[in-house]
Amino acid sequence: MFEYLKEIWPTLWPTLAAIGVILAFVPFLGLYMTFIERKLAAYVQDRLGPNRVGPFGLFHAIADAIKLFLKEQTIPAHVYKLLYFIAPTFSLMTAMFALVVMPFGPVPTEYSSGFRYIVAPGIDIGILMMIAISSLSAYGIILGGWASNNKYSLYGAIRSCAQFISYEIPLGLSIIGIIAAAGSLNIEQIVAAQGGPFWNWNMFWQPVGLLVFFTSALAETNRLPFDLPECEQELVGGFHTEYGGIKFVLFFLAEYTHVITVSFLTSLLFFGGWHFPGLTGPVDSSLGGMLLRTFVLVFKVGMVVSFIMLLRWALPRFRFDQLMGLAWKGLIPLGLVNLLCVAVVLTFDLPKHLLSFTAIFIFVGSLISARQLQFTINRPRSAGRPSIAQTTSEVTI
Amino acid sequence: MTTTKKTKTVKWGDEPKLGWVEAMYLPAIVSGVATALKHAFSGKTTTRQYPEVEPTIPPNYRGVHRLNRDEAGRVKCVACYMCQTACPANCIEIIAAPAPKDDPKWKDRDKYPETFTIDELRCIYCGMCEEACPVDAIELTSIYDLTGLTRQEMIYDKEKLLSVYDQTVNSGNDPIRTNRGALGPASLEAPTAKQGPPPPGQGRHG
Ligand code: SF4
Ligand code: SF4
Repeated sequence: MFEYLKEIWPTLWPTLAAIGVILAFVPFLGLYMTFIERKLAAYVQDRLGPNRVGPFGLFHAIADAIKLFLKEQTIPAHVYKLLYFIAPTFSLMTAMFALVVMPFGPVPTEYSSGFRYIVAPGIDIGILMMIAISSLSAYGIILGGWASNNKYSLYGAIRSCAQFISYEIPLGLSIIGIIAAAGSLNIEQIVAAQGGPFWNWNMFWQPVGLLVFFTSALAETNRLPFDLPECEQELVGGFHTEYGGIKFVLFFLAEYTHVITVSFLTSLLFFGGWHFPGLTGPVDSSLGGMLLRTFVLVFKVGMVVSFIMLLRWALPRFRFDQLMGLAWKGLIPLGLVNLLCVAVVLTFDLPKHLLSFTAIFIFVGSLISARQLQFTINRPRSAGRPSIAQTTSEVTI
Repeated sequence: MTTTKKTKTVKWGDEPKLGWVEAMYLPAIVSGVATALKHAFSGKTTTRQYPEVEPTIPPNYRGVHRLNRDEAGRVKCVACYMCQTACPANCIEIIAAPAPKDDPKWKDRDKYPETFTIDELRCIYCGMCEEACPVDAIELTSIYDLTGLTRQEMIYDKEKLLSVYDQTVNSGNDPIRTNRGALGPASLEAPTAKQGPPPPGQGRHG
C-alpha cells in the first residue's frame, strides 16, 4: 500500500494541490463576489454600497458569512427531510464538479509533471464533460423545490427545469462550431488553437457563436435576466424559499460557482484563454511566463464576471414565454446557422475570417426573421382593439 | 334650459409595435448596459453618510416634545388638559394641582401640572398638542434620533420634558415657535379682553 502510494505520489500531489486550490478559492471568491456585486449595484444606482465594516467595507463579506453560519437552523415541518438536506449539497457538488476539467491557469497541451492549473489535465472529452455535469445542476434545484413541499418552490424548480432543457441546446450548438474548428474536445487544445495573432481568438471569427453561447450560459446560471426560478416578485424566493442559514449559503455558493464556471468557459473558448498579444505560442514552464499568463486569464475572467454582474442591474427579467421564445425561436436557429457557416468554411478551406463578415449577414437575417415573428406575435393581440393610427374617438359624457 | 353636453377626446393606447431593430433585443441591451455603466462611473452619489453627516432638519419638523418655561423658569403649562384632550394617540397624561398660593413665586398662577408624562413610543408626532396648547407650553422639537433601550425610559415625565427645553432652546435649531401669546396668565403679553385674540396671520398658525 505504502509502496504503491510512493510510486504514484509524483502524479498524485499535483492533482491534490489543484483540488486544494479550487476548494480554497471558490468559496472565498463566491463570498467576495457577493461583496463586489453589492458594490457594483450601488455604483450603478448612484449609491455608495457597503462601506462600514473594515476599510472600504471589505469585511462585510466576512461579517455576512459569520451571520449566515450562526443563524438558527430552522427546518420547516412540512419538508421531505432527506431530500431537503441533500438538495443544497448536491447543488454545490455539481457546481464544483464542473471545475474539474477547467484550466484555471495556463496548461500546456502535453502532459507535464509538477503543479498544474487543472485538476484533471488532458481529458479528451473535457468540454463534453463540463456540459454534462453542468446540466446535472438542475437536479439540485429540482430536489430543493420538490423537497420544500411548497407551491412556489415547486414552480421555481419546474421553471428552472424547462429553462435548463431549452438552453442546453443552443449552448451545445454554439460550442460545436468551436470544437469543429479546433478539432478537439480538449479545452487545452481549444485554447492552443486560438494562439497566434489575437484575431485568431474565436470571438473574432465566431461572434454569433459567442452571442449564443454567452446568452445560453447566462441562462444556465439562473441569473438575471434569466432568474425566473427564484424571481422574488412572483415566487417569494423560488426554489430556496424554505432554506435558511447555511443551507441557503450552499445554494448561493452554487450559483456563484456557476458564474465563475461560465466566465472561465467564455474566456477559454472565445476570448483566447491565456493568450494575449505578445503572449502567444505554446505554454512554457518558466515561473514568470506562468504567472503572466495566469494573470491574463484571471483578468479576462474578471471582465466577464463584472459584465455578468452589470447585466443584472441593466436588464429587466424576461417573461417566461419570452424566455422560451428566445431559446427556441431565436438562439437555436441562430446557433444552427452559425454551425452551418462554420462547417462550410472548414469544409471548403475558406479563410476563417469570412465568418466575421457572414456574422453581419446573419444578424441582418435574424433582424428580418425577428420582424416576421413580431408580426405573428402582435396580430392576434391587437385584433380587437383600435390600432394606434385611429386612437382618438369622441365620447359624450 | 338646455343641458350642456361635454365632448371629451379619449385616447386609446396600444403597446407600440417593435420595429425591426428593437425586436432583436440587442440595441436595448446595449443602451441598458450603457446607462448602467454611465451611472457606475459618474462618481455621483445620493447617499448621505448619516452618523457622520447630520441632515438639516426643517424648522417645522415634528420630533421629540418639550415643555417650555416662562421667564421665571417655571413650567409654562397651566394644566388645562387641552393637549391631553386633543391628542389622538392618548399618550399625554397630566395630573393637575393647585398652585402653591403661599409661595410668592406662584402667586399669579392657579394651577400647574403636578405630573406631565408623554409616552413617546405611543405618540404619532402629529403636533395636535402643540396646536391645542393655549399658552404655548408644549412644543415639538427637531430632535429626530430618539432611541432607548426600554419602553420605560421612553415615557418622558415633566423633568425630562423640561430638560429637553433647556437642551434645545438655545441650540439655534429650535427657537420657541408657537408664539401665539393669546391666552392665559403664563403667556407673555396677555391681551386685554378688549383686544381679543390676535388677528389672523400674526401667529404661527395664522
Ligand atoms: S404629537 Fe400628537 S400624538 Fe404626540 S403627544 Fe402630541 S397630540 Fe399626542
Ligand atoms: S395644552 Fe398646554 S397648558 Fe394645557 S395642559 Fe397641555 S401643555 Fe399644559
